[in-house]
Amino acid sequence: MIRETLVPLAAGTIFGAGLTIGGMTDPARVRGFLDLFGAWDPTLAFVMGGAVLVMAAAWVIQRKMIRPAFSDTFALPDRNDLTPRLIGGSALFGIGWGIAGLCPGPGFAALAIAPASAAIFVAAMLAGMLAVRLM
Amino acid sequence: MSLAGFPDAAPLAGLAGGVLIGLAAALMLLGAGRIAGVSGIAARAFGLADSSLPRVGAWAFVIGLPIGALFVTSLTEASTPGFAAPVTLAIAGLIVGIGTRLGSGCTSGHGVCGMSRLSQRSLVATATFMVTGFATVAAMNAFGIGVLP
Repeated sequence: MIRETLVPLAAGTIFGAGLTIGGMTDPARVRGFLDLFGAWDPTLAFVMGGAVLVMAAAWVIQRKMIRPAFSDTFALPDRNDLTPRLIGGSALFGIGWGIAGLCPGPGFAALAIAPASAAIFVAAMLAGMLAVRLM
Repeated sequence: MSLAGFPDAAPLAGLAGGVLIGLAAALMLLGAGRIAGVSGIAARAFGLADSSLPRVGAWAFVIGLPIGALFVTSLTEASTPGFAAPVTLAIAGLIVGIGTRLGSGCTSGHGVCGMSRLSQRSLVATATFMVTGFATVAAMNAFGIGVLP
């Protein structure tokens, strides 16, 4: 129970700190990155690059591990099929991301920065997730 | 430090933030054996997705996100960023919620965890939401639709 809670709590906290330091809780910065044909702000590429580099090393370590350090088994996605659902859903997500400059992680992190605005975004996002669940 | 040609960019802060995000995702992977995909974990926390991740763990991760943000903002003196109007946030949030569930992930799950693993699905998903994100902002700018204060 304790390790089931503490590891994700630590991971979420470090994740939220990283998002904030990297400027991802500032919608203007995110929309600046997405404004490829205007006043482009490449900061998000550095955030993504730093995160991907560290995680690439983590995947190398993962392949040598029999089980996770604080859990019994790895539960990782193993699908490799490209479906209309994957592509259509991702396309939709990009549109929503572009409109307000927020994706799920920064949406939750921003609850500590601009609670009212972030709460509206998060509530609507959960409603969207519920809609898919009920489909 | 600034980047030549991009006066608004914050490359070092971006890289530092990115490394922290990578470390957090690595802790989830090597510690808990899971993908740090925020949309999937959030859906799990709120009972909107099935997952082998214990629900208490999903909640812990989600609660950690604003705690981490609070740490950073309490230590720095940055001004509060501007957010879109409520109706815009609601529309964007709804689309993000539907899209991330249909697409099985967002910037963290596909973009950070999947791309670093060279997952074919994540590479295609990330390319797709990048392109529609670019197109959305370009189209809004072309029509003069500004959303941020």
